[in-house]
Amino acid sequence: MSVRHAMLALLSEGPSYGLQLREEFEARTGDVWPLNVGQVYTTLQRLERDGLVVSEGDDDSPQKAFRITEDGVRELDTWLRTTPDLSSPPRDELVMKILIALRVPGANVIEVIQAHRRYLVELMQQWTRIKEDSHPADLSLGLAVDAELFRLDAVVRWLDAADGRIKRVATDAALAKTAELPKAAEAGPLPRMSLSTSRKERTRR
Amino acid sequence: MSNTSPVLELHAVSKSYGQGDAEVHALREVSLTTGAGEMVAVMGPSGSGKSTLLTIAGTLEDPTDGEVLIAGHPLAGMSRGAKAQLRRRAIGYVFQDFNLLPGLTAAENVSLPLELDGLSARKARLAGLKALDGLGLGERAGHYPDQLSGGERQRVAIARAMVGERRLLLADEPSGALDSVNGEAVMRLLHGACKNGGMAAVVVTHDAQLASWADRVIFLRDGRITDQTSPARGPESLLVTEIDK
Repeated sequence: MSVRHAMLALLSEGPSYGLQLREEFEARTGDVWPLNVGQVYTTLQRLERDGLVVSEGDDDSPQKAFRITEDGVRELDTWLRTTPDLSSPPRDELVMKILIALRVPGANVIEVIQAHRRYLVELMQQWTRIKEDSHPADLSLGLAVDAELFRLDAVVRWLDAADGRIKRVATDAALAKTAELPKAAEAGPLPRMSLSTSRKERTRR
Repeated sequence: MSNTSPVLELHAVSKSYGQGDAEVHALREVSLTTGAGEMVAVMGPSGSGKSTLLTIAGTLEDPTDGEVLIAGHPLAGMSRGAKAQLRRRAIGYVFQDFNLLPGLTAAENVSLPLELDGLSARKARLAGLKALDGLGLGERAGHYPDQLSGGERQRVAIARAMVGERRLLLADEPSGALDSVNGEAVMRLLHGACKNGGMAAVVVTHDAQLASWADRVIFLRDGRITDQTSPARGPESLLVTEIDK
């Protein structure tokens, strides 16, 4: 979330004071992303330093109003049209935990997955209650809560997919072992085998 | 579990199909109780036993082992006719594909179960219209299913499931065929039927967004309940401001 650009967006509607900007920001995001006042003033100072806003009034007064400059308007327009960088996968803590659980002796990866799934669904229940209790016309809150729900839902779906994939690999290996195929001997204990394969081996396959 | 008297009780319910090597255990010692005002979601992958749980709770199938009670009435030993009457009077079903009868109007679809249960056509129609009105479909009462949108059809199906003195609402992926906005509207109605209409609901789904409308989410795996959510924290805990921390 870019506080810097959110401030520019608010100032594009007209000059405003720091405290007003904070209140507006929280109202527009349905109070889902709280902001402290220090963050607002630090951001405004940096915007002023970069020539994207100008202040009007006494330097030390909290009643100092800020106004967007032409450079600020251009910066805002560029930011709105710039797609976020989603090309490289983030180092996701949850993904790392599941990958590690596959390799830790004695760790039950299915139970680890379920612990995370339950927590995520509980979080989603809390967000849904907020949406249910809100007025349908409160579009800001509805959209902000939807964004959280879709984000959490994507993680749950990944956990479901991981669960299914691990089960499939384990079942295939059990079947191979039953049929006494030579493959079973190569496979080793599951589901560790799928990750214990080196990158070189995977490439060769 | 709800604090009110139980509407649905499953005690150590098991269900298996086939025999010997071909025996499949669809449910294994599942216990679940829910009461008026509570919506329970059952989540699990395909083949986890979700649909079997719903058909047993709906009296459409008998368990191999264990006990099922609807509104305090044990199903074991109940005649087919008595079960059918219990189904018509106490249980409402909502399916993913709506299951409305195409040759009947919305009002006729909703009032049909009441007429089948012996209510006069006039009284059944009035009750049907009232149920449709309650879901914002009063003006669509004379329309046939193919004249309604997907969201409207599902609302008609919900009205049919709630009409009369129903106590238990069973739903199988009730918003699966709808877009997210219409799906949300359906879940709002189902949750409202529990909170305001005093029904108990069991919603089977693999969709976490859908399940998040429930008061309690139960996780099913290989026919067993493996876990459930706890209603520990209120939603306000998500909205703590930086300054309050």
